[in-house]
Amino acid sequence: MWKASEYAGWGRVHKAQGELARPERARALSALAAEGPALGKRRSYGDACLVDGGKAVDMGRLDRYLDFDAEQGLLTVEAGCALGQIARDFAPRGWLPAVMPGTGFATVGGGIAMNVHGKNHHGAGAFSDHIIEFELETPKGRKTVRPGDPLFLATVGGLGQTGIITQATLKLTACKGDLMMVTERRVPDLETFCDLLDESEATYTVGWIDATARGEGLGRGILEEGETGSGLVPAAKRGKKIPMDAPGWALSAPVVKTFNAAYYRRVPLKGRTVVKPIDDFFFPLDKIHDWNRLYGKNGFHQFQCVLPVEQRPVLREMMAKISKAGLASPLAVLKRMGPGSAGHLSFPMEGYTLAVDFPNRKGAASLVHELNAMTLDAGGRIYLAKDSVATAAQVKAMYPDWQTWAKACDAVDPEKALVTDLVKRLELRTTT
Amino acid sequence: MMETWVILGATSSMARGLARALADRGAGLLLAGRDMADLEATAADCTLRGARLAEAVKFDARDPSTFGPILERLGKEDGSLNCACFVGSMPPQADIDADPSLIEGVITDSFTGPARFLTALAPMIEARQMGCIVGVGSVAGDRGRVGNYVYGSSKAGFHTYLSGLRNRLTRSGGHVVTVKPGFVDTAMTWGLEGMFLVAPPDAVAASILKAVEKERNIIYTPFFWRYIMMIIRSVPEPIFKKMSI
Ligand SMILES: Cc1cc2nc3c(=O)[nH]c(=O)nc-3n(C[C@H](O)[C@H](O)[C@H](O)COP(=O)(O)OP(=O)(O)OC[C@H]3O[C@@H](n4cnc5c(N)ncnc54)[C@H](O)[C@@H]3O)c2cc1C
Ligand SMILES: NC(=O)c1ccc[n+]([C@@H]2O[C@H](COP(=O)([O-])OP(=O)(O)OC[C@H]3O[C@@H](n4cnc5c(N)ncnc54)[C@H](OP(=O)(O)O)[C@@H]3O)[C@@H](O)[C@H]2O)c1
Repeated sequence: MWKASEYAGWGRVHKAQGELARPERARALSALAAEGPALGKRRSYGDACLVDGGKAVDMGRLDRYLDFDAEQGLLTVEAGCALGQIARDFAPRGWLPAVMPGTGFATVGGGIAMNVHGKNHHGAGAFSDHIIEFELETPKGRKTVRPGDPLFLATVGGLGQTGIITQATLKLTACKGDLMMVTERRVPDLETFCDLLDESEATYTVGWIDATARGEGLGRGILEEGETGSGLVPAAKRGKKIPMDAPGWALSAPVVKTFNAAYYRRVPLKGRTVVKPIDDFFFPLDKIHDWNRLYGKNGFHQFQCVLPVEQRPVLREMMAKISKAGLASPLAVLKRMGPGSAGHLSFPMEGYTLAVDFPNRKGAASLVHELNAMTLDAGGRIYLAKDSVATAAQVKAMYPDWQTWAKACDAVDPEKALVTDLVKRLELRTTT
Repeated sequence: MMETWVILGATSSMARGLARALADRGAGLLLAGRDMADLEATAADCTLRGARLAEAVKFDARDPSTFGPILERLGKEDGSLNCACFVGSMPPQADIDADPSLIEGVITDSFTGPARFLTALAPMIEARQMGCIVGVGSVAGDRGRVGNYVYGSSKAGFHTYLSGLRNRLTRSGGHVVTVKPGFVDTAMTWGLEGMFLVAPPDAVAASILKAVEKERNIIYTPFFWRYIMMIIRSVPEPIFKKMSI
């Protein structure tokens, strides 16, 4: 039943050695709920999906569709099902998960426990805004949880600390088909970027930002706006795999600078509209399996914050700091978030969200640390799905509801059996 | 061509993989096993993936009274009648050594129970002059080893049975595929020591479906196990008996 395993978060900076169960039947979950937290596909970057020296439950084999109401688009599905799989299976029938993060490997359970957001957050809100109900197997027994229940607020964005989500009923969103019409435009600088993001009326909007550009071009990038559509395009190519860890120079400053400049110019000056399979638009990196190995064996950090709209100057300072440090990889994203959603520890709130990857080189962790401090000062928050360096004090100040949350967790998990490495590091369930 | 498949042992993740692949192409499915709640979930899943029909049916290899109703239900379907059998059990050899009465159960689950079911199905395939039977054996049946020789011998018996059944059904247009998996990443092997080259269950399911389409007789899956077993079978007994692999 238990397998001694060594595993890591997506960023591969933190690792864990522990015991994993991987049930293939939902019935097994009630006996496992008091043993350890559930894990999805471990697409969280830091230590949110790690239990070093303890037990955890891998949900990957519980991925069945249980019911679908084709009139209303209500899908009941086991929690280990990947959101990208739902998109592939249901888009041809005219339905998509209402909220999809940037990787299709993320599971329904991981989507709820991090209350993930997508490229449509400005209009559609977060994952929690599209849940009809879910089943929660807590150490204290099974509960059906609906929006508005106290357990709902503790479980969405709740880091798996209230129990194992076994299945959920999601309200899917209607789509025109399994294609995306995407308009791509160059954006010359940060101010323009923020303006364009504020004004965008597209359903899906995301900005790629060149984190190496400085001076006039600070914060330049490409704005992508997408709508679903239908038609015929060649089937997506099979994914490629990164077979080994890349050498250290692969993402060195000159390589990234050159790559970014070329990537920026790829889009013509006047912009363009292209048609893409949905996977290519929503999950551009998933085609390259194990791309995290490009960062070499030391792994990488991702910094992601959301800053209130009036804090554009801080965003500018951050970009300046990042480009000056010369540590950024080509993966940097800027989005506009709409109003926040339910969940004591949910990340999304109105403002600009910036996400940047840094190879784990000298100076990377301290840079992220400084950016975290700037976020706190500006009244923003960092995203716990990405974090691996924040301090307990910082995170508690960013999420003032944490005590309410911790009490709700303790009510269903008094033995604190569900604590993950992130929860331990940030002392989130230490209420005294 | 309308097809209906009975999947025996449909709670196995390999079986689930095959059921999904069959559902994708619109087959009818009777998902047979002991855990009805789990089979119902797989049935719902297969229906939503495009199965023409997906029903959970009770099957216990140790209770032959469960066989008749399944065959009766199957007989109501038009087109080809098919069966894939994933049933098997592998208690630790040490448990069997301590309690030899466990042997009957292993043989019934992995060999005689399925054989009895398939023997009753054979005339239906003969009558329609078409249909395929997939029997999942194991590389463990290719040579008895100290670590699992009771399980291995049940699989060896099943292999021999399948070979004879193939010989019989080929005369009337039916076909039998013998599948010999190596190590597969399923509930049966989760956490066991000494596993290597472990294959994902969906890959095994895909190779089974391909073997059905190509009317292969005996497949090893993944394919390289054919060569591994060739070597293992060729070790002379005086040496083999002293080895612990
Ligand atoms: C390339 C990439 C792009 C991304 N883009 C985005 C994005 O655009 N927006 C965004 O919001 N996030 C994004 N993420 C982060 C990712 O969506 C989240 O980390 C998500 O939680 C990962 O899901 P998972 O199934 O892998 O969960 P894991 O990482 O395995 O687990 C995450 C948390 O969920 C809990 N959990 C998992 N399953 C269950 C369950 N069944 N019951 C209870 N708790 C459970 C775990 O205990 C853990 O606390 C991205 C990640 C990657 C790698
Ligand atoms: N995993 C490997 O490495 C490996 C290698 C070679 C061969 N195999 C063979 O592959 C097949 C599938 O195994 P698996 O690895 O997927 O393990 P598994 O999940 O344990 O599958 C075994 C299946 O047999 C069923 N079963 C056992 N006894 C039964 C009985 N008396 N009546 C009805 N059903 C019974 C189980 O059903 P319940 O749900 O009712 O228990 C289950 O569906 C087995 O035949 C196994 O021997 C496996």
